[in-house]
Amino acid sequence: MEKKRWIGKRDLWLLVILLAAGGIGMLILFLRPDTVDGEVEIAVSGTIVETLPLSEDTRLVISGANDGENILVIEDGKAYMESASCPDGICVRHTPISKDGESIICLPNQVVVTVRGGEKRDVDAVA
Amino acid sequence: MRSHKLTARRLTLYGMMIALAFVFSYLEHLIPFNIGIPGVKLGLGNIVVLLSLYTLGTSGAFLIAVLRILLIGLTFGGMFSMFYSLAGGLLSFTIMALLKRWKIFGVTGVSICGGVCHNVGQLIVAMLVLETGSVWYYFPVLLVTGALTGTAIGAAGALMTARLQKYIHG
Repeated sequence: MEKKRWIGKRDLWLLVILLAAGGIGMLILFLRPDTVDGEVEIAVSGTIVETLPLSEDTRLVISGANDGENILVIEDGKAYMESASCPDGICVRHTPISKDGESIICLPNQVVVTVRGGEKRDVDAVA
Repeated sequence: MRSHKLTARRLTLYGMMIALAFVFSYLEHLIPFNIGIPGVKLGLGNIVVLLSLYTLGTSGAFLIAVLRILLIGLTFGGMFSMFYSLAGGLLSFTIMALLKRWKIFGVTGVSICGGVCHNVGQLIVAMLVLETGSVWYYFPVLLVTGALTGTAIGAAGALMTARLQKYIHG
């Protein structure tokens, strides 16, 4: 008969390894500085339809695939989705983005909003 | 060997399992659990999949895992969320069934892998559909949350399996 304990030694190792790997990855992600002169790239069905600077506050209506509509807001150097026509609303609940490579994705409307731009690098500032 | 005859007992058991999975998934819809990263969720429904896997066997559990996603998708989500749930659910189930068969991990380890693989399956499909690798940006977050929720769900599944094993068998 197998042991009745709810977590075994190997399960525990798996948990520790995943937490460590994910934790290190998260540290790298969240310690990254915001972009400087960053832009948001808006793509619908794989094609870039618009590029906007993160420095200007704007509100943009994006017409996505399948007659879908998303409203993107840029505010204080961060971009977030204000509303979406899809039933899930996953993109609306997404945390505001401001770092290079971060993106908000609306799957039903095939809208991908990605931040592009150089990172603020201390090395450059010193040099 | 298990018989594959559809008996009234078996039919009732499967019906109850699916109903239980349905209730768990509904509960999950009611709980506001949002940290702003898509893909982070409790995965309460996986308790039933685990319980089925360890009591009814692979084919029975597979039936329950797939029916659960179809029913929940048709009731609460749309076609899109159902499609992605199915991608995550199928990969997650395959890995869990294999790990259980190979006896590498206990219920909790199997559950952790299932949780993480659910995310992986969805990200793979999202990546293919949108033709962008940026869907993987938050993967480290999903690793951590998947490991944590997988542990909680696995513990619950292990406790339920231990108590219900003598009543449920395929």
